[in-house]
Amino acid sequence: MINKVFSSFDEAVADIPNGASIAIECWGYPATPENLIAAIKRKGTKDLTVITHTFIPMVWPEEDAVLPALLLPQMKKLITSIAGIMSLGAGAFLKEYIEKGLEVEIVGHGTLAMRLHAGAAGLGGIYDPIGIGTLLEEGKEKRVIKGKEYLFQEPIKPDYAFVTAYRADKLGNLVFKGGWRGDQPMMAMAAKTTIVEADKIVEVGEIDPEHVVTPGVFVDRIVEIPPDGYGTPEKGAKLIALLTQIGSVRDQLFGKIK
Amino acid sequence: MKQRLDEDTMAMRAAKELKDGDCANLGFGLPTLCALYVPEGIRFEAEAGILGYGHLVQGNEVDKADWHYIDASGRFVTPAPGMACFDVVDSFIMIRSGRLTSIMGGFQVSEKGDLANWNTGSGMFGGTIGGAMDLAVGAKRVIIMMQHNTKDGKPKIVKKCTYPLTAKEAVDLIVTDLAVIEVTKKGLVLKEVAPGWTAKEIQALTEAKLIVAKDLKEIEL
Repeated sequence: MINKVFSSFDEAVADIPNGASIAIECWGYPATPENLIAAIKRKGTKDLTVITHTFIPMVWPEEDAVLPALLLPQMKKLITSIAGIMSLGAGAFLKEYIEKGLEVEIVGHGTLAMRLHAGAAGLGGIYDPIGIGTLLEEGKEKRVIKGKEYLFQEPIKPDYAFVTAYRADKLGNLVFKGGWRGDQPMMAMAAKTTIVEADKIVEVGEIDPEHVVTPGVFVDRIVEIPPDGYGTPEKGAKLIALLTQIGSVRDQLFGKIK
Repeated sequence: MKQRLDEDTMAMRAAKELKDGDCANLGFGLPTLCALYVPEGIRFEAEAGILGYGHLVQGNEVDKADWHYIDASGRFVTPAPGMACFDVVDSFIMIRSGRLTSIMGGFQVSEKGDLANWNTGSGMFGGTIGGAMDLAVGAKRVIIMMQHNTKDGKPKIVKKCTYPLTAKEAVDLIVTDLAVIEVTKKGLVLKEVAPGWTAKEIQALTEAKLIVAKDLKEIEL
């Protein structure tokens, strides 16, 4: 059996070259393959293209949690549907990087997921009704199909995907939890090489085949998150405690106290 | 000065649009509150890929917060019996195939129902799209829940949106702190007013022309 289990995150990202494109799951804080992000930061890989649904600044110390924005100084291109937080000036935090040459492509979330799906399936692109009559039309081919307007959107085929899973078996079969599945099945299918950090790696046969979400054929490397890694329940609880100390964030997470 | 509806009352009124069996997506900000006021039988969807989540975690039960369960606004929700988890392609197929009702916030709505709710600037970086465009184009019904006027008193229901559009001719109903307005082919129809307000007073705070419904009434919850 081919060994997909790597003993460290550094080892799992060691061959990623300068200029690589990486799809990285992120939903604000939750569902982020933080340990792999931290590893590629340590490695210092340059000229990355990052494809992620949510790209927002970190409002907490790096030792507690990390987001794809940690990689900003190493990036040449960003493809995302959420660039920034409205109350923090939306995309303003990207300005200094854009001035230094960062290219940013904004795309709606559904379109992003479907472009990854198209990339995985080997499609030449999609005709998408989303974005008609908006800023997203600029530079896009428009086509009328059966009386309705569509924009042409290219497929996305990343070199690598960084995925965070609840369980992985040693063949790479994956199970996710709650809302963390997100874009990850499409990212894993679209990427040439998929690297997974899992809460736990289990033996083959321990995952009910009916419950497998991403079959192992789409997964190349797996690393188990160690007790002192990012994304553990302890780190998650600490982050909640930290965030609830910021009044505006607390209201955001739990509603205003009446 | 006359009183406007508070946020919770607006949420109660918007939530009243949902009927038993409906599945709805609640957008960032104000619409999240609707989850507190729906009758039984309504299921909520979050774009990350959960349908049928339970109640919002409140400030006095922080220990129940689990990062695996958050809604579109990033608020913690709770798992509930019958909940389904799925990926984002499935999630947006639900949204784009007209199976969900969308309740979203808004910066501006035009007299034709054009929606601007992602960007308050002029370029690509003045806001964030997320799933807003998918919802505006694809939802079965698009209900916009917003303040009637900006903080400095300017109208948000306008002849033509000045902010970048989310989608053209997308909105079906607008619920504000002053009125309930339906978008029809003939124009914007003022159907309900907040207690104590007249149609004339509301028109004065609205740039777009309002057609006053024959059966105009006070907002009922």
